[in-house]
Amino acid sequence: MRYGILLMGAPYSSQASHSALRFAKAVVARGHALEGVFFYHDGVQNAARLAAPPQDEPHLVDAWAELAAEHGVPLQVCIAAALRRGLLDEREAARHGKQGHSVEAPFELTGLGQLVDLGLRCDRLITFAP
Amino acid sequence: MSNEQGDLLVILRHGPHGTSWLREGLDAALVAAAFGRRVTLLFMGEGVTALLPGQGSGPLGQKGTAPTLEMLEMYDIETLLVEAEALARYGLDAGSLMLPVASVGQGRIAELTASHPLVLTF
Repeated sequence: MRYGILLMGAPYSSQASHSALRFAKAVVARGHALEGVFFYHDGVQNAARLAAPPQDEPHLVDAWAELAAEHGVPLQVCIAAALRRGLLDEREAARHGKQGHSVEAPFELTGLGQLVDLGLRCDRLITFAP
Repeated sequence: MSNEQGDLLVILRHGPHGTSWLREGLDAALVAAAFGRRVTLLFMGEGVTALLPGQGSGPLGQKGTAPTLEMLEMYDIETLLVEAEALARYGLDAGSLMLPVASVGQGRIAELTASHPLVLTF
């Protein structure tokens, strides 16, 4: 089956990100296709490249990036929700005159149209939210 | 109210103030409609209070959601549903809301979530 994930919880604030990640790994392990993960609402915080959790806790941002690297899963972040919350890639940082950037590949800033596409393309879109 | 089946059911369960859930849920509905998808909006629970008339943006300086709701028709989002139980709980009448809505019961809500190819809940 083709799955998609919508994640709307910030890492470490609620269980949503942990659960979504575990579900994503289970989907892949069972041989299903994971077509993409879309980060919306506070879920955009999962793309914060500067996240530095304590070393004895799971690093959720890195874990998402590893999932993308190992299984080619697109990580799409709503650009409108991200910019409001201080999550900018290099291009957006330059456009808004900001020093430094807080989002990098494999996360990509994109529009909400991608969420609708993902949801309608997949057999199942599973939402994880606080 | 149209009985035609939509592509997308957007369920709004949060009130207009206090969090950005309602605003970001409406944004998803508008974008889907702008891309030509047929959107059904369902206001459930506290979400029905989004439709109370006469709301301002409030002191937080954020854009209120009432102007967005007024734009729904322009985006061809015309199927607006409200949860009957929530209206009763908040002592509201469907006719007193800012937009024309149809009130639906639990059975119909179950049918709607089953029949739409995509359901997004905010």
